[in-house]
Amino acid sequence: MTALLEFKHVSKQYGSETRALTDVSFSVRSGEFVSIIGPSGAGKSTLLRCINRMIDASSGEICIEGKNVLEFRKKELKRMRTSIGMIFQHYNLVDRLSVMENVLHGRLGYKSTLAGMLGLYREEEKQQAYQILGILGLEEQVYKRCDQLSGGQKQRVGIARALIQGPKMLLCDEPIASLDPNASKVIMDHLRHISTNLGITVIVNLHQVETALKYSDRIIGVNQGKIVYNGTPGQMTSEELQRIYGSERRDTRADQGETQAG
Amino acid sequence: MLIKARRKQVDYFTAKRRHAYLFWGLLLLVTYAAAVLTQYDFVQGLSSIPGALVWGVTHFYPNAESLAKFPDVLRTLVETLLMSIAATTVASVFALVFALLGSQTIGVHAGIKLASRSIATVFRNIDVTAWSMILLFSFGQNVMTGYFALFFGSFGFLTRAFLESIDETGSHSAEALRATGAGYISVICQSVIPAALPQLISWILFMIETNIRNATLIGILTGTGVGFLFNLYYKNLDYNAASLIVFVIVISILVIEFTSNYIRKVMIG
Repeated sequence: MTALLEFKHVSKQYGSETRALTDVSFSVRSGEFVSIIGPSGAGKSTLLRCINRMIDASSGEICIEGKNVLEFRKKELKRMRTSIGMIFQHYNLVDRLSVMENVLHGRLGYKSTLAGMLGLYREEEKQQAYQILGILGLEEQVYKRCDQLSGGQKQRVGIARALIQGPKMLLCDEPIASLDPNASKVIMDHLRHISTNLGITVIVNLHQVETALKYSDRIIGVNQGKIVYNGTPGQMTSEELQRIYGSERRDTRADQGETQAG
Repeated sequence: MLIKARRKQVDYFTAKRRHAYLFWGLLLLVTYAAAVLTQYDFVQGLSSIPGALVWGVTHFYPNAESLAKFPDVLRTLVETLLMSIAATTVASVFALVFALLGSQTIGVHAGIKLASRSIATVFRNIDVTAWSMILLFSFGQNVMTGYFALFFGSFGFLTRAFLESIDETGSHSAEALRATGAGYISVICQSVIPAALPQLISWILFMIETNIRNATLIGILTGTGVGFLFNLYYKNLDYNAASLIVFVIVISILVIEFTSNYIRKVMIG
């Protein structure tokens, strides 16, 4: 099976001092559900954004279906981005617009300048948006303004906006970091469903180790811009976790132990 | 260890208090020096207020004779209002373009960002009255002088205000749209402007209100509009007619304030 996404010795440097990523190499197969875990500031977000070049890597190669995205020009870059959906911690919706309009934004990558400027969408696109919103359980919210939705609903609108692109891959940057446990579960279930049933590759940055272990096909552990773990959830041990999180993790474990004992 | 920490805390608060004393002391000194230099007498200044009030009540009121001038006043007032609105709306179009180009998050190129920000800063830091004096030389006593003075002042201010609104509200959704592969124009039209629109409208309304007030003052300088008429009556010692103008201006400002609050509520609420 060929890799959909391949990182080859990728590094990212901010200015002359800060190194966000150092010699990162890994590959992701088509349809895989991959979680990236690690402490805050480890470079998870940078890594994710390098894939669709929201951030440009400094060196190395990032290949999507064998083509190095770092060599893409503007037009190719746009075409590549239309095939990759992105989901954000803060949903990044236009709060004042309706759910429908926000979902249709996912089609803008396919539009001419004029159609994009005026926001002209075809009837099929609207039907499709309606259908996707139905699957995500938002049929009653279609014409509501997004600022009237709960966090979990907003994130589902974010997912709908990504799905309507017809993507090969979803990049999710801390999708559940601002959500309560119930909403988090709904979102993670949807993402898992998207990966399993639609065959879309899902790459998720996560803070919650337990969630990563539960949902992923594979886990990539990042610490200080380097990959320190790359394997299945089943192979994950507490020593490995300690390597990913350093002493920080040990402390939280100890705290949990105390509260459970008490 | 503990004693050391406590001493540090005491030092911190003493130093802070010392700074406060120093600041207020200096402020008092500067105020006093200014009063001495300009030979301003606080007591005399305060005690003249009642006298001024009495004079205002006995002289400064519109009478039947001045009401005959009402059509003239109304005509110039409308001229002033329309000029302010025209200057603001045209300035806001230019300001939006410059704000988009200069935005930290949406802007395209570091050089263009800096250039458009600098241009806006120059225009903003020259006051409208200064603008009208500068422009008096090139346009003379003419409506255009007032129009351009308001235009330049509004342009600078609105660019700055728009910049902040756009950077504050539009950047998140713009990132999302860029990630979908949407082009620059689409991102601007579908996410940046819709997200920032309430704030943009709010700033434009604020600017129209401010400009109507300024336009009256500028009219005195440029010899146009209702400001000129006020100046004319006032210098002819026709206080009744001058007071009529003041009343009309106050009423029109209240009406405009009310209208713009209403628009805000409808468009934004």
